[in-house]
Amino acid sequence: MSDYEIIDHEHDVVVVGAGGAGLRATLGMVAGGLKTACVTKVFPTRSHTVAAQGGIGAALNNMGENDSWQFHMYDTVKGSDWLGDQDAIEYMCKNAIPSITELENFGVPFSRTDEGKVYQRPFGGHTLDYGKSMARRACAAADRTGHAILHTLYQQCLKHQAEFFVEYIVLDLLMDENGACKGVIALCMEDGKLHRFRGHQTVLATGGYGRAYFSCTSAHTCTGDGNAMVLRASLPLQDMEFVQFHPTGVYGAGVLITEGSRGEGGYLTNSEGERFMERYAPTAKDLASRDVVSRSMTIEINEGRGVGPNKDHIFMHLEHIDPATLHMRLPGISETAKIFCGVDVTKEPIPVLPTVHYNMGGIPTNYHGEVVTRKGKDQSSVVSGLMAIGEAACVSVHGANRLGTNSLLDIVVFGRAAAQRALKTLEKGSSHSPLSSSVTDKIVSRLDKMRHAAGDTSVGEVRNSMQNIMQKHAAVFRSTSSLTEGVNKIETITKGMDSIVIKDRSLIFNTDLVEALELDNLMQQAIVTIKSAEQRKESRGAHSHEDFPDRDDKNWMKHTVMWLNDKMKTKVDYRDVHQNTLTNEVQSIPPAARVY
Amino acid sequence: MADFALPKNSKVLKGIDYPLETDSKNTRKVNVYRWSPDDDENPRIDSYTLDLDKCGPMVLDALIKIKDEIDSSLTFRRSCREGICGSCSMNVDGTNTLSCLKSMDDIKGDINIYPLPHMDIIKDLVPDLSKAYAQLTSIKPWLQSETPAVDGRERRQSPEEREKIDGLWECVLCFSCTASCPSYWWNSDKYLGPAVLLQAYRWIVDSRDENTGERLDALEDPFKLYRCHTIMNCTQTCPKGLNPAKAIGEIKKLQLERQ
Repeated sequence: MSDYEIIDHEHDVVVVGAGGAGLRATLGMVAGGLKTACVTKVFPTRSHTVAAQGGIGAALNNMGENDSWQFHMYDTVKGSDWLGDQDAIEYMCKNAIPSITELENFGVPFSRTDEGKVYQRPFGGHTLDYGKSMARRACAAADRTGHAILHTLYQQCLKHQAEFFVEYIVLDLLMDENGACKGVIALCMEDGKLHRFRGHQTVLATGGYGRAYFSCTSAHTCTGDGNAMVLRASLPLQDMEFVQFHPTGVYGAGVLITEGSRGEGGYLTNSEGERFMERYAPTAKDLASRDVVSRSMTIEINEGRGVGPNKDHIFMHLEHIDPATLHMRLPGISETAKIFCGVDVTKEPIPVLPTVHYNMGGIPTNYHGEVVTRKGKDQSSVVSGLMAIGEAACVSVHGANRLGTNSLLDIVVFGRAAAQRALKTLEKGSSHSPLSSSVTDKIVSRLDKMRHAAGDTSVGEVRNSMQNIMQKHAAVFRSTSSLTEGVNKIETITKGMDSIVIKDRSLIFNTDLVEALELDNLMQQAIVTIKSAEQRKESRGAHSHEDFPDRDDKNWMKHTVMWLNDKMKTKVDYRDVHQNTLTNEVQSIPPAARVY
Repeated sequence: MADFALPKNSKVLKGIDYPLETDSKNTRKVNVYRWSPDDDENPRIDSYTLDLDKCGPMVLDALIKIKDEIDSSLTFRRSCREGICGSCSMNVDGTNTLSCLKSMDDIKGDINIYPLPHMDIIKDLVPDLSKAYAQLTSIKPWLQSETPAVDGRERRQSPEEREKIDGLWECVLCFSCTASCPSYWWNSDKYLGPAVLLQAYRWIVDSRDENTGERLDALEDPFKLYRCHTIMNCTQTCPKGLNPAKAIGEIKKLQLERQ
């Protein structure tokens, strides 16, 4: 492998990814004195956290409604369709309050109430008093909350002089013979050199893999690289069948229109002008959980009540709202609607369609952010040296369906938790054990093979086929026949990876190569997603199975865990859902029918 | 003696022409700046003719179509494709903008795409922004406040105080404005440029920040701030509709008031 120069770095911690989770973890670690490298494939403020719009959930009770974290916890458990782990959910909802206070103290430009407190708006599935009325819990910075938080976290990292390695794409984890993680190898895009980062703790904060689908709100860079690294390290991913469709992606372009627009009073109509959500969710109406709204919209379209010439989408109305309110509370989506569909939101409705938005599944972890796997009878054996946080992780606080505002919350709470855990468990500046060169060689040879790929199919063509299969066969509604067909098609297209071609042979800023590596990552997750969906024979949260339309707590109240070997063969297993709470400050919430 | 002609190796040559291989009535020619650091070749303009019926509406859609279907070696940055990440800033049709927000319908004739002007280029449409990022760090773009909130909760800020930073904090750091500023072209080593000064003003007027005086002191310099000659290219080019020139003017006013 003499072609490649390898530069070595030694740190206490290596954080992979610089979105909200990666930056919050980096900040906590650096502020606590750990030597931390944050390795990221895009400049930090380009990470997709920047696109989050509506708000971040916390029972701050700024709107004087007697909100409490216990209500927030109940909503999250119910939203998860009882697949979320209640100990982790308790941890998140309780720690939401100090975490968001911290964010404001860091400088996040939150919108304000007349009293000067952080402004909070209603959001889907967030209620008071266990579902009795809608809560105002989403702390918002207009409709650019993710931008506000991401930039602020980056600013705080600058303040603490955190060490960034920007536009470095991490290739794989350095796993030793005992299954412990010892760091990562990354390709520096600017000069094409390889860098070996050794860390006592490696934190994967690599986000979701929305780009496995054709139409998604996710950025082009959302390719779930960390998830795929975990699969290649012979570790499993959890609950990958649960893919959230956001009810309001712009028809055609797929860009996001925040749920906060319904929080501010927006509503959906079908071709008959009917506010159909009243039929599906009599209490919460347009602010039911996202899986419920996306399913209702899909049913309306399937039954012939879609809007437009092809009756294939739905209208979202904001034109009844005071233009001054739209200007103050929803300036970003007003601009987005204008640019991407030529709609003036003060005058006409926005054409929308359920669009892939979020991956509830990911790398299984405990609520400290430590990655877990099965070891003998232990379902939650900690993988030494490896953490995962944010959308890449499956803690699991979102279970089968995430509530809006809980993703921004997840990244800051568990980014913070990972830093606290690392500070508690690591000895600063301790030395690194030697590592067999074969570990590096294996990673470099994968890169070299990809770099010299000389087949006859372009990366774009294979990616397009994969995205279309996922869009068709692992959609809002699934069925045995559709999933079986989808599995067969994905297995066939996987073979296409052997015949891809890379035209750009250079090592400097070779995005042709990077996109091929990302496609390889996406493909592995696509297989695990559709195979996980195929084996779950019930309907729960975002997984709606037409042949098994009911939730089956007796047989299926369990997490799917799935491995993928280098022959692209999967192995499935299950983990118990944690129905226990973390403390006795709150009672476990028993499964019940999910009505909004 | 000043050299007014470009050095020989900087002359932009005509590159490869990729005609459309299928029939279409709705075509458009896209001319793209190409330069590779790996050889000694001059920069060139490659031309791609696209069938617009099979392409999304934005300039970024055209670039992605070229990369996916015609020439995968074409290199550019992109991420969110909705104008919030700031990755895909470049010069389109003579103006710096985010290619994901620029509709091809708004451009007459051929679509000419160059990297951000007067920046070092890494490859094709990818500029080296490290200097601009370092300038951002130099203004200490973080909240500086020693006084904690009274009750251990959020610092209080009235809606009116909060409104003062609207139009400032929304910047996506695409540096379209900075790369459009002739003053920055000449003095990028000393002048901070509009994007960074917009951020400086964002912290100067944030009611929660307690280091306003020091922030103004740091900008009291013939180059960092005063190289702005109100040319206003920054405001005209900003793809987010922000007004860096106004923010710079406000800083200058505050400096005057202090004297």
